[in-house]
Amino acid sequence: MNEQLRHALIQHLLAYGDDELILGHRDSEWCGHAPIIEEDIAFANLALDEIGHAAQWYAIVSELEGKDLIAYTEKLVFFRSKEEYRCAQIVELPTGDWAFSMLRQFLFDAYESVLLDALSKSALEPVAATAEKILKEEIYHLRHTDAWVRRLGLGTDESHRRMQRALETLWPYTHQLFAPVPHEDLLVQAGYIPDLASIRSKWEEKVLPIFEKCELRVPDEAKSYPVSRREHTPHLEVLLSEMQVLTRMDPDAEW
Amino acid sequence: MAFLTSEQVWKLLEDVKDPEIPVVSVVEMGIVRKVEIEENDVKVILTPTFSGCPALHVMKEDIETKLEKAGVGRVEVIFSNSPPWNSDWISDEARRKLREFGLAPPPRHGGVLDVSMLDVAACPYCGSEDTTLKNSFGPTLCRAIFYCNACQQPFEQFKPL
Repeated sequence: MNEQLRHALIQHLLAYGDDELILGHRDSEWCGHAPIIEEDIAFANLALDEIGHAAQWYAIVSELEGKDLIAYTEKLVFFRSKEEYRCAQIVELPTGDWAFSMLRQFLFDAYESVLLDALSKSALEPVAATAEKILKEEIYHLRHTDAWVRRLGLGTDESHRRMQRALETLWPYTHQLFAPVPHEDLLVQAGYIPDLASIRSKWEEKVLPIFEKCELRVPDEAKSYPVSRREHTPHLEVLLSEMQVLTRMDPDAEW
Repeated sequence: MAFLTSEQVWKLLEDVKDPEIPVVSVVEMGIVRKVEIEENDVKVILTPTFSGCPALHVMKEDIETKLEKAGVGRVEVIFSNSPPWNSDWISDEARRKLREFGLAPPPRHGGVLDVSMLDVAACPYCGSEDTTLKNSFGPTLCRAIFYCNACQQPFEQFKPL
């Protein structure tokens, strides 16, 4: 693997990991606040799963960088600034109401199921194996969020109204998930990653029929996104400062 | 001094338990994939059940301590996802122990995990298959919560993966 390809791959894997980590952190914010105890437990599980998935992607990055797995993962999570994070803006947004969090998780789970399925055929063995691994765990996520989107979308006027509002806010942010990443052509050519445009059409096939069934209207907005994954909302900085403060206060602490 | 044989290392690993389910060993759960021995150094390859399992690093440390105590020079525990962990790998003996512990073992799916498999569990108390999934998410990443309609007991299941 030449240096340019290796660098592009690392940036891309960081994007996968950062999406998972930041979404996992947002999910964890429901712990103790979900409407019923079963959902409190469910969101705490989703959070831990996503953070575990982030660690899997970071492990491959550590290997490509030739660094110690644990020390380097800690560095990636706790000692990068917002400029160095590669997450998409959709995962940065605050939790909002229950409909908002559930819809975001559903949109992301559906994206992951399509992406991971394609990545499980990657020419890079560790990427393919990790994608296959995460894909199995994600079956539980998508089933859960799919059921909740239907429940809220087909539920009361109030739940439908909130879902519609969430969809209008979230939809424009989804474009960034499918936006070309730097040197994507090289990575696709090498067979390392799938072409993101093909992922998008498969994703739409998964989510659009459900919205139609629930009479949720996808906003027809001008595609103002995508922006680069180097650009973040102000929410990321707030999230990072909370997530990183303790470790940064005493980087050598053992517990 | 004689170095440990592969059989001896596997035997020692049978004493290392999953801290979240202390009745079954890392070997019976299919978490240990490979043991490589070079003179007095041992490399153990583990595969996580669920990626975010917080018990994984405890198991790693337990393995290191166990083998070091047995006189191994350098112990290296590494994680691998290829192939990813499959709940069909849980041995029959471990399935029996899980049931005794009150955890329904996962149904065997033959390699392809289908959504329809996620609702299937036999009650560990009375054996009835007339059970209802209450929550796919439970007290640990690997457990789902069911209710037995026959003996009217809630129970947990080790999730198929």
